[in-house]
This record gives sequence, C-alpha cells and structure tokens, in this order.
Amino acid sequence: MGLVCRAVEEAGIPTVCVSTGRDITALVRPPRSYFINAPMGNNFGGAGDVATQRRILRAVLALAVEAREPGCIVDDVLQWPVPFAFNPALPTPEAIARQLRK
Amino acid sequence: MTELAPDAPQPYVRYIDKTRAYYLSQGYEKPYAWANNASAPFTPLTKPLSASTISLISTSEIAVKGDPRFDDNPETRAQGNVYAVPSNTPASKLYSRTQSYDRYATSLDDPNAYFPIDCLHEAATRGRIGKVATDYLGVYNAYSQRKTTERDAPEVLAMCRAMAVDVALLVPV
Repeated sequence: MGLVCRAVEEAGIPTVCVSTGRDITALVRPPRSYFINAPMGNNFGGAGDVATQRRILRAVLALAVEAREPGCIVDDVLQWPVPFAFNPALPTPEAIARQLRK
Repeated sequence: MTELAPDAPQPYVRYIDKTRAYYLSQGYEKPYAWANNASAPFTPLTKPLSASTISLISTSEIAVKGDPRFDDNPETRAQGNVYAVPSNTPASKLYSRTQSYDRYATSLDDPNAYFPIDCLHEAATRGRIGKVATDYLGVYNAYSQRKTTERDAPEVLAMCRAMAVDVALLVPV
C-alpha cells in the first residue's frame, strides 16, 4: 500500500498511509504515515471504540494538512491493552492449491 | 505470549521477518522483497480540508454482504485487483475477507476499526472535510512489487482522479 501511496502522491494527490507495521512503513517510505501500534486490522483503534476511531481519523486528516517533511511517520499514543504478534489465519484454499502445484 | 509490565510500551511487531515467513508458508517460493526507498514524493494539500474530497482505500479485502462480486463463485466474482464500493454503503453491510490479521489478538467484527466510514461521514456532516468520495476503493494485496506499481497504482490513481479526490487515505491490512 505504501507503493500505491507514493504513486498517487507523485501524480499530485496528497496521501496518508495509516499503518500498523512500522518497520515496513519505514522501509517503503510513503509520503506521510500515521502509525498505530495495534494488531493488524485495528488501524483506527479497537472494534467498537468509536472515540479512538474518531480521534485517530482526526489526527490522520490533520497530518494531510500539516505534514511538511516527505516520508514522515507520526506515532499515535495508543497502547494496545494486551500483547499481540502476527498470527494470520490458516492457509487459504488458494495457498493450499499453490503448494499442491509445487 | 510474553507478559508485559503494566506500564511497558508494547514493542513493535517485526512484520518484515514475519511476513516473509508467512508468504513462504502460503506457497510462494521466493522470499518477499520489500521496497526500500531513501526518499519520498510529496504533494502539499492546496485547499482546506473543509473543501476537500476524501477517499478511503484499503487492502482489507472489504466486501459488501450479498454482493455477488465477493462470492467464491468464479462466474460472479469480480475480476481485477482494484474495485469500488459505493460510499453510501452502511458499515453494517461491510465485512472483510482478509486472512492477514492477528486472529488471536483481534477480530474484524467492526469494519470501522480498519475502515472508518462512520467517522468519515461524520466528519463530512460536521464540515471538517468537504465530502467523502463517491466510492471507497479496495486493492487486493499483491505479492509482486511490479504488479503493485505497474498495475494497481495506476488504476487507483485513475479512479481517484475520476472522483476528483483531493486527499487519499490508504489503509494497509
């Protein structure tokens, strides 16, 4: 998605990347990034947490206006309440088919 | 899982290492290579947010309940890697088909957690933004950087231009 940000921005439309993967974002370097240290899929806060979703969206929109440094990353203050990692779902049928074709 | 001290900040997940392992587990043969850029393009916003059209774009595999484009049926399933979802679709009709989230730490039960359409419409109603673009855009994750840059990005850009988008919010999931 960072690569899409870069292409859209380069063509003249400002972008903000709302990321939960700081290492990837720092490497790919979208024009403006807002980082939330939350499990993937919670880029705007937890399920049902409307106040956090609203706060993060406001901050993201503000970044579209206020950012001056290309490639900047702003870190949100959110502290996710429990430890998390990267535990994606089990392989999809397509992934299984790819492996069967090997 | 490791226990954290009550006031200890959560460390960042090292997704680069973990996604390489994930892709290998998904049957891809070559380790995924992330783009590594030393600089970034930059376009200043030249109009107030209150007069700007905002688009929401995500790799969350956002889908509409009952829409045959998102069925598993290959005859009705949408072709292509970029697709539009009308922005007047209520959150209650949206769901995600993605598998790439932490299935132990979270769920995808609330689309607004990764696709904040209710707050975005609220911002438009309150005049914080000009308006929400007519469509949200979904982009399927591509394993290939070349496909992302040569196929998907130009399509996203064309769709943004067609909707006269002033600011694009992109949400990787």
